[in-house]
Amino acid sequence: MRVRFRSHERAASDVLAVDGIDLTVAPGHILALIGESGSGKSATLLALAGLLPQGASAEGVVRLLGRSILDLPEHERALVRGRGIGMVFQDPGGSLNPVVSIGSQVDEVLTVHRGLRGRAARAETEALLTRCGMADAAHRAEAYPHQLSGGLKQRAAIAAALAARPAVLLADEPTTALDATVQAQILDLLVGLVDTERLAMLLVTHDMAVAASVADRIAVAYAGRIVEEGPSEQLIVRPGHPYSLALREASLPFEVTHDPLTRRLPELRGRMAAAGGTGCAFAPRCPLVIDRCRTESPALLPFGDGRVACWRAGEAVA
Amino acid sequence: MARGTGSFILRRLVHAVPVILIVAVGVFLLLAAAPGDAVDAYLAQTGSGDTGFAAQLRQQWGLDESLPVRFLMYMESVVTLDLGWSVAVSAPVTEAILVRLPSTILLMTSAILLAAVLGSVLGAVAAMRRGSPLDGTITTIGLALNAMPGFWLGLIFIVVFVVGLGWFPLAGMSTIDGPTDPVGHALDIAWHLALPVITLALTYMALYMRLMRGAMIETRASDWVRAARARGLPSGRIVRGHIARPALLPVVTMLGLQAGAMLGGSVVIETVFAIPGLGSLAYIAVSRRDLPLVAGVVLAGTVLVIVINIVVDLAYARLDPRVADERVRSGPNR
Amino acid sequence: MRLGGWIGATWLLVVTLVAIAAPLLAPGDPLNLVARPLIAPFINPGFPFGTDQLGRDVTAMLMHGARVSLVVGLAAAAGAIGIGILVGTLAGFLGGRLDTTLMRITEAFQTVPTFILALAMVSALGASTGNVILAIAISSWPATARLVRAEVLSLRQRDYVDAARMAGLRPFDIAFREILPGALHPVVALVGVTVGGAILVESALAFLGLSDPNLVSWGGMIANGRAVIRTAPSLVAIPGIAVALTVLSVSLVGDALGTRLAPRSRAYA
Repeated sequence: MRVRFRSHERAASDVLAVDGIDLTVAPGHILALIGESGSGKSATLLALAGLLPQGASAEGVVRLLGRSILDLPEHERALVRGRGIGMVFQDPGGSLNPVVSIGSQVDEVLTVHRGLRGRAARAETEALLTRCGMADAAHRAEAYPHQLSGGLKQRAAIAAALAARPAVLLADEPTTALDATVQAQILDLLVGLVDTERLAMLLVTHDMAVAASVADRIAVAYAGRIVEEGPSEQLIVRPGHPYSLALREASLPFEVTHDPLTRRLPELRGRMAAAGGTGCAFAPRCPLVIDRCRTESPALLPFGDGRVACWRAGEAVA
Repeated sequence: MARGTGSFILRRLVHAVPVILIVAVGVFLLLAAAPGDAVDAYLAQTGSGDTGFAAQLRQQWGLDESLPVRFLMYMESVVTLDLGWSVAVSAPVTEAILVRLPSTILLMTSAILLAAVLGSVLGAVAAMRRGSPLDGTITTIGLALNAMPGFWLGLIFIVVFVVGLGWFPLAGMSTIDGPTDPVGHALDIAWHLALPVITLALTYMALYMRLMRGAMIETRASDWVRAARARGLPSGRIVRGHIARPALLPVVTMLGLQAGAMLGGSVVIETVFAIPGLGSLAYIAVSRRDLPLVAGVVLAGTVLVIVINIVVDLAYARLDPRVADERVRSGPNR
Repeated sequence: MRLGGWIGATWLLVVTLVAIAAPLLAPGDPLNLVARPLIAPFINPGFPFGTDQLGRDVTAMLMHGARVSLVVGLAAAAGAIGIGILVGTLAGFLGGRLDTTLMRITEAFQTVPTFILALAMVSALGASTGNVILAIAISSWPATARLVRAEVLSLRQRDYVDAARMAGLRPFDIAFREILPGALHPVVALVGVTVGGAILVESALAFLGLSDPNLVSWGGMIANGRAVIRTAPSLVAIPGIAVALTVLSVSLVGDALGTRLAPRSRAYA
């Protein structure tokens, strides 16, 4: 099963959030989409799920199980959500209705998408919650969100997202709001679920360490475009794009590389540019910039087992 | 939960005592400030003007005592719930009030519920169609109804629905020789109370409309609604369960807020529709200058408002799981 | 809402002008019998709104009634807001025992059903316009007091209060010159509701026969029309519409002002 898409998106007042993204995820695999804020990564997920706010639009092609979904009418799109695509959000408490028990919220998905009601639904809910690592699921199902810790809430949210047995799981920074130890548990859970349920997971994160620990492939987003994409080992060990290298240095230094003279850790100066525009968006901050970078926007070209969009691909790592 | 509820009620009642006492004191001062006293009213009604008799009555009723003593006598009577004698209805004040209390409770409860239901539904429609002409129309209609005097709306309804169309009975709580079986009797009362309840509810529903609309506009934009959409739930379900349901909570909180105003409104409504309740008793008391009865009605009305607010708070605690545990233990925090 | 604000303001302007000009437009006592009874409205140009069952000119009564409604409404609301500001500022600023006591008293006044309290006062003190104004004011001040107190409490912590204290200003001055002006802007939102409420209470009191018998009031007109409601419903309908339009206008103007002056208040969204 594949999800492949290429899209241009425009948010309200014509700000280009994503300027052409081309990704594929296979079942049983995890693709991590890394980027800082403003890179368009969250907008990408929302567009895939069809959850863009009013005024935003997505163009292009999105294929799920061979079927194009981007242009479907809303009521059919709603069916695709849940049954085809499941989504987990960053704020675990925010995804859950505060006045309804978590069990009921999972039951609801089962009723709508799998026709289960009453006892049958609740039994399946408890099974789901247990599969998501919740101990004493029968009891916990009666609880309200405010009575649970962040980790438990996120497990419940994941259970609700998977209840309709989607083929794809979209995760928008699912562990960012959690404590470090809980982060590891939830990541483990997600990896396990991808294996057992044969999900195709697209994980959005800003943290390269997270990506490195779970992803099969990594895509790096910058200013609304993919600037590098490839197997995670390759991207970590031998990043082709200077931005990927900078990201790696910032979160996973192989050695503490502070400059002995100034005693400062490596930092990347400047801010991300908006999407669109001519030339490479990274040019203003790039240590390897040449004239061509400013005039010609580099295309994603093959690089090892992946792709890189840089006129000087591979030269960043000496 | 039962134990918690009991202590909650107890706390609220204890908190209410100083309020009732203050009201009692206020009422006493008001009566003391009034020119003329109960004796004058009594004599005016019975027609005798003998000053010697008046002095004798004053002594008998303790009205010739000094202010502090009268105050103590008054407080004693309040505490023992012996609120004196009403010349207007020729009965003990306490009894007169208790006889009429059920009618008013029935009227008020029905009106509050109807106002809340109507207001919530209309507010929900307005919220989901925010900015559209329908939204503006609903809001304006609510404001317009709020601006109408309740007694006037009642009279208009009488002209249209009673005199004109004959759909409802003119006055009273029940037909004189109407059905005596419980169901028939209940239906008969409902038929009689329908118009007054509707009038009262329409006049006061604007607040609930506003609250529901505002609350739903907020919940509609919340993260859990986005997550519910992400799960592919149909929009009808989302509106009912994830947008409207959490939005009801602020509406319920304010349910008791208008209780005092509505009880005041019931005075004229009961008078217009000839319902024998506390409100019309207030009018009788005031028009005959029966001050003990007036005082009794004020106290009874206050207690009724307090009870309604306690019931509403209990209902709210039931509905909002976040609050169910604390509020039951810690008491009111207005 | 802005459109509503303008419509409301227009009607209020009309009513105010009519009220002020009433003695000129309709000279003499409006309660005089001037014509044949029960002339229908909109038929006779001399009596645009007809006459009642005693032969009194409805148009004249409407105009004079406007004076009562407006005067009582505004005066009572002013009184309520004034008392509320006073109590709220004292409670918020002085705090401690006094605050608790004042708040208990406020709560007591808020718990008593407003109209019944007004009724009790008018009953005890007599049915004159002054008493009616007093009664309505006394039953309506708690809402303002609560609001002002909350604002004062939050403003009290601010630095400029400490600065004033350091400069040696007496507490009274600090409370009323420094803090109060800042605490007032949410009160603007309450003005519309308070005035509207006052007008409604006045009309209800008049309807029940508890206002000054020598003055015409819209509520009194409705009570009067009730006797002949089957034959001449306009006698009830017309004064009621006048009340409703006026109260609605006050609400709309109050809303519009509220949004303009306190845009963060979500209640008007």
